[in-house]
Amino acid sequence: MKSEFTLKLDRCKGCGICVNFCPKKVLALDTLGKVYVAHPEDCIACGQCELRCPDYAIFVDKIKEATSQGTENKG
Amino acid sequence: MTERSYEKYFRQNRLPHLWCPGCGNGIAMKAIVQAIENKGWTQDNTVIVSGIGCSSRASGYMDFDTLHTAHGRAIPFATGIKLSKPNLNVVVITGDGDCTAIGGNHFIHGCRRNINLNVILFNNDIYGMTGGQASPMTPLGKKATTAPYGSIDRPFDACNLAQAAGATFVARSTAFHVQHLVKMIQESFDNTGFSFVEALVQCPTAYGRKNRMAEPAKMLQWMKDNAVMKNVWDKLPEEKKIGEKFPIGLFYNSESETYDVAYKKVIQAAGGIAK
Repeated sequence: MKSEFTLKLDRCKGCGICVNFCPKKVLALDTLGKVYVAHPEDCIACGQCELRCPDYAIFVDKIKEATSQGTENKG
Repeated sequence: MTERSYEKYFRQNRLPHLWCPGCGNGIAMKAIVQAIENKGWTQDNTVIVSGIGCSSRASGYMDFDTLHTAHGRAIPFATGIKLSKPNLNVVVITGDGDCTAIGGNHFIHGCRRNINLNVILFNNDIYGMTGGQASPMTPLGKKATTAPYGSIDRPFDACNLAQAAGATFVARSTAFHVQHLVKMIQESFDNTGFSFVEALVQCPTAYGRKNRMAEPAKMLQWMKDNAVMKNVWDKLPEEKKIGEKFPIGLFYNSESETYDVAYKKVIQAAGGIAK
């Protein structure tokens, strides 16, 4: 997984914008109509969901793989 | 996660906002605070003034000195702020009804007098808060509760209106083109004079449901499909400017003496103490 999701579910109103504009179909709405990460492994951290979320409920951060590898390589 | 820097410009205890699921106002509000942040304005030197309507609720969520004023009267209130404290950056948030109907005269005269304000119009094509009545910017043929057979009233093009009335900066963007919207707002801040940005936002509840676009994502898709960048639009032959296609981008940018500067001269000429 290359990305880390932060969901502020108290803000999510289940409008489905993030679900629709995700190019990899990573997101879905649950029974109560809130967003959840259905396929985290497919996420490319493009940030389209965060960009257009009108409720500031979803945030995607790229996991800095280089940092962890960098630490290992130091020795 | 890294906390987003724009979050500090929101009154956290007021979120989530009360706009409907999928409403584009949230996207436009975020674009404004990002533009303010990019521009380097602070919470102490920026004032947000809004009128009445869905769009104008934004001032309540933004952690600046804010003024939620009377319907259509955001520009007069903002004028007062600008004339008494010309150093403040004054941003006006208004809607299509607030700006072009109830406050139509304030809008054109604000443009005419070139008051140094930054007016951001959230255009959702409808009166959302009061129940989906047709506004002066509801497109021809589109349905509203007061236009069940489709609107026959020719709509305003607020950008053309602003330019004709004398605004020194005129641009349009949409809630789909978020980064472009931030850029347009930021450029409007750079302009000294009456700056006007029309931000198309989706209203799935009042407008979308009446016009076969109840899904918020569908409305954003419509913006994606129909918005044409200004430079492309200008080269487009007339026969291709058809259907619901519309131009976005920077339409006009100029400099002219602003009202607060002219007013200061009057104060000096009259022997008063100019601020």
